[in-house]
Formats: sequence, structure tokens, C-alpha cells
Amino acid sequence: MTDTTRKAARPAAPTAPAGPTPPSAARRTRRWRGVTPWLFLIGPLVLLIAFTYAPIVNMVAYSFTDWDGVSPELHYTGAENYAELFTRPELFEVFLVSGYYLAASVVQIAAALYFATVLSFNVRFRNFFKGVLFFPYLINGVAIGFVFLYFFQDGGTLDAILSLFGYDGDRAWLGTPASANVSLAGVSVWRYMGLNFVLFLGAIQSIPGELYEAAELDGANRWQQFRHIIAPGIRPVLSLSVILSVSGSLSVFEIPYIMTGGATGTETFVIQTVKLAFQFNKTGLASAAAVVLLLIILAVTWVQRRLVPDDKVDLV
Amino acid sequence: MTRRAVARALVYLSLVLATLVVLLPLTVVFLTSLKTSGEMADDSGALTLPDDPLNFGNYVTAFQDGRMLSAFGNTALILVVAIGGTVLIGSMTAYAIDRFRFRFRKLVLALFLVAALVPGVTTQVATFQIVNSLGMFDSLWAPIALYMGTDIVSIYIFLQFVRAIPVSLDESARIDGANAFTVYRKIIFPLLKPAIATVVIVKGINVYNDFYIPFLYMPSEDLGVISTSLFRFKGPFGAHWETISAGAILVIVPTLIVFLFLQRFIYNGFTRGATK
Repeated sequence: MTDTTRKAARPAAPTAPAGPTPPSAARRTRRWRGVTPWLFLIGPLVLLIAFTYAPIVNMVAYSFTDWDGVSPELHYTGAENYAELFTRPELFEVFLVSGYYLAASVVQIAAALYFATVLSFNVRFRNFFKGVLFFPYLINGVAIGFVFLYFFQDGGTLDAILSLFGYDGDRAWLGTPASANVSLAGVSVWRYMGLNFVLFLGAIQSIPGELYEAAELDGANRWQQFRHIIAPGIRPVLSLSVILSVSGSLSVFEIPYIMTGGATGTETFVIQTVKLAFQFNKTGLASAAAVVLLLIILAVTWVQRRLVPDDKVDLV
Repeated sequence: MTRRAVARALVYLSLVLATLVVLLPLTVVFLTSLKTSGEMADDSGALTLPDDPLNFGNYVTAFQDGRMLSAFGNTALILVVAIGGTVLIGSMTAYAIDRFRFRFRKLVLALFLVAALVPGVTTQVATFQIVNSLGMFDSLWAPIALYMGTDIVSIYIFLQFVRAIPVSLDESARIDGANAFTVYRKIIFPLLKPAIATVVIVKGINVYNDFYIPFLYMPSEDLGVISTSLFRFKGPFGAHWETISAGAILVIVPTLIVFLFLQRFIYNGFTRGATK
């Protein structure tokens, strides 16, 4: 709406300042005005191309070679890296680990939705609870890793709490692949739930209060209010959270790398790629892996844009 | 009535439980950071209180042997330069894209929009080679350039705000003889204060917490930022949980202070940053 009025107000072409300027000066001004935006854009564009687009192009190119990242020599190998990626099961298994994080993000979104709904009503100490639930999102990932290494340690926080309740299991929480992955995915819920929660809360609070009053007059209970007022109001944010958690689950790195270094079956796709590229000098293979991940994430984004078209991309 | 009361009680119960889940792991680490290595060795359990609640010896160890001082210095330097750069780049890009009509404008815009979809973690394999060939590997310039050059979200935020500034302001300044740079410097930039506050907060927290980029690009110990220096506690302090805990708390406290003072801005900033 504002856009159309603004376009109308703005002169269609940059006009030279009116007055007794000679025509040649006017032309010079016009040419100068054509250059001006580029003076502002040159720096940002150079950075954008150098650190986003050039890497993508290079990465695709490397993925068809056997380059080791150091030597001046490299050979074109066709789709060999991709074939290796899809046929060597241990290279592809890391995607299964993402499943744990994907399941965790379902829990995470459900919990965030619950707490956002609860705290959108009148609750005592609301700001305190809001702050507590959000704060983990702001904490440094390495610090979180250490906090939870101690938490899951033998005789650490978790064992101490359980022994208060009479369980003396002394389990090695990070000892088996399944247990370790569940624990790490739990840490990820602990860390990221706050962001989803605050996004949901913001969306719920932007729903006009009269709607609830009207619903209450009509005798709607809390569940019906949630179902018919809150749920539609937060749909765009919900879909954004889903897409963030899908791409997040596929590119988990920090928590497992810091806590286990990828041991006991907790290696994720990004950890594996980093190891391939920077420890085993298999730049070609690592590039192919990264291209696959990039394509998957772009596909997920595209599907989400398709499914939720009202989440419009704003092309200025 | 009673059913309502029960539901209310359950709601509070769930909130208290969630609070415990969030605070307990942090509290235990804080308690551990105040214990001596002797107390840690006698196996009294993680939940016991330290004998001397004012025992800050582990913090001294963490600061001196863990090189946390130089880590905070490096982080501060990167923060200031990268955030300053991001604010300049974001506001200039937004000004140029919103206030000028020029050839390839749509293409430029599309380049920025599409870049926002590419997650940085996926491209590091190749970004590394570029950073390396520019001679920035293992220097503070690598993270600074990457933080400045790959932050599309801030450009979005600035774009939103520039659009909200009435064009008539620029035009009247133009009539008074101001050129594009003067308009940017004297009119647009000062009016972008709320956007700048948002970007500074969100970017600041992200840079402070980032581990991946400094870990990949700055392996030298002298160039440790707080994330990587804390990560290095794992080796020398291996089983010394009291020192590791002190290091973790040292890193968390500044975040807590900033959060307590800037709560409202932080909520708004992250909501805006994520949804735009």
C-alpha cells in the first residue's frame, strides 16, 4: 500500500535540478547519479561475491576433482566423489544422526508452543519465566558444551540428581551411540528452545486482545482459543521455525563437536565434512558432500515456500 | 472452579520444572567453579556446596593459564571492527537499493536475497581456500571479513528501516544542494538508530558466541577468542572440572549482564532478525 504511494511521489527518472543549468551539466549530473548507487554497493558486492558466490562456484568445481586442498595438481574425476558419497555407507550414515536432532526439534517446537501459549496469558512472574526460558539461547556454545559434559559425566549433575530420587544407575550417558545422540539432541533442545519460544510469544502477543474477549464471551475454552485464534495467528512463524529446525538438524556441528568430537556414533554431516576437508585433505570429496547438503537445504526451503505461500518473499 | 485451579497449578508446576531444567546445570557448574581440587577429589557429589563460597582461585587459574584475558581482547577487537563494518555495509546497501533506480537493481537485490538461503556451514570447504589465498588465514582479518561479508540478515533489517524513512526528507535535502553522500550521512544514517541497535545486539551476541569460524581460521593460540580459548581448556585441564567450570562461567557472565540490562532490545532484535 505505502509502496504505490511512494512510487507515485518519486520522480520516475532522476531529473536534473531545475533552474538555469546548462544542458551539458545536466547530463553530467545524470551520469553521476547513475554511478552513485554503485559507489555505495561496490564494497558490499565484492564481499558478497568473494565470500558467498565464489565459494559456491569453486565448491561445485572442486567436487568433480580429486584435489587435496594443498598441492597445485588436481585431476578431473567426473562424478566419482558423488558416487563414493552415495555408495560408501559409512559416509552416508551420518544423515541418520540428523534424525535424532529432527526428532528433538519436534519436541522443541512443541515445548516452545506450550510455554508461549501459557505465558501469553496472565501468569505471575511472567518476565522471570520468559527470561529463564530464553537465556540458554544466548549462551556461548562451548560453555554449553562444557556445562553438559559435566552434566552427563559419571558422577556429574545428572547422576547426582537421579541418586536423590534413589536411582543409582551410574550410566555412561555418552557411552553408547543411541544414548549419546539422545543426550546431545537434548542439549540442543535446551539451547535452542528459547528462540522458538520468543518468536511464538511475539506472534501470539501481536494478536489483538479483543479476539480473546469476544471468544470468551462466546464461551470458548482455552483449547478452543488456542485452536481458532492462536494457531492461525502464528502460522508464518511456525513454518519458519520448522524450516529452521530442518536445516538446523542437517547442519548440526557445535554441540557434538565440542562434547564428543564425533566419537561413539555422534558424528554429524558437517563434522564429517570438516574432517574430510581439513584433517584428511580430501577437499574434492568434502566439496561433493557440501554440495549435497546445500542442495538438500535449498530443496527443503523451496518446499516450505511452496507449502506456505502466504509467507511472502518481499521483493521491495 | 476446582478444575481451573488444578489446571493453574499444573501450569505453574510446568514452569517451575522448566526453570529447574534451565538453571540446575548452570548452577551446578557455578558451584563446581568455587570448589578446590581437593573437594573435587573426595567425591562428595556434584550437588554439594563448596566449602568456601568465596574461593575464586579457579578463576585466577582460568584467567592466567587459560589465556582468557587475551581471548577477551581478541574477541572485543573482532566485535568492534566486524560490527562497525556490518553497520556500514548494511546501511549503505539498503540506501543504494531503496533510494536509487539503476540498471541491474533487481539482479543485485536477488543476489542478496538468494545468499540468505545459503547456510554458511556448507560452503566453508571452499571459503577456506579463498580466505587462504587472500593471505588472511590465521589472522584476525579472516573472521572480521567473514562476519562483515556474509551477514545478509542485517541488510534485510536495514532495508526495512530505510523504506520507512520518508523520501521527502531526502528530496528536501537534495533541493538544498546536498549530494547522495551527504543525504546518507546526515539524514539516513542518523535515522537508522533503532536498526543499528538491533544489528549491534544480534550481531554482537552471534560473534561473541561463534565457534566455527575462529576455530577453522585461527588455529594459533595467540589468536584465541573466547570460544576457542575455552575449547582449549579441554586439553591441559582434562579432568580439572573446577577450572573448566570457572572458564565456562567467565564466558557466561558477560552474556548474563548484557541480557539483564538490554532484555527488551534483545527480544525485539532476535524476533526481527529471525522473521525478516
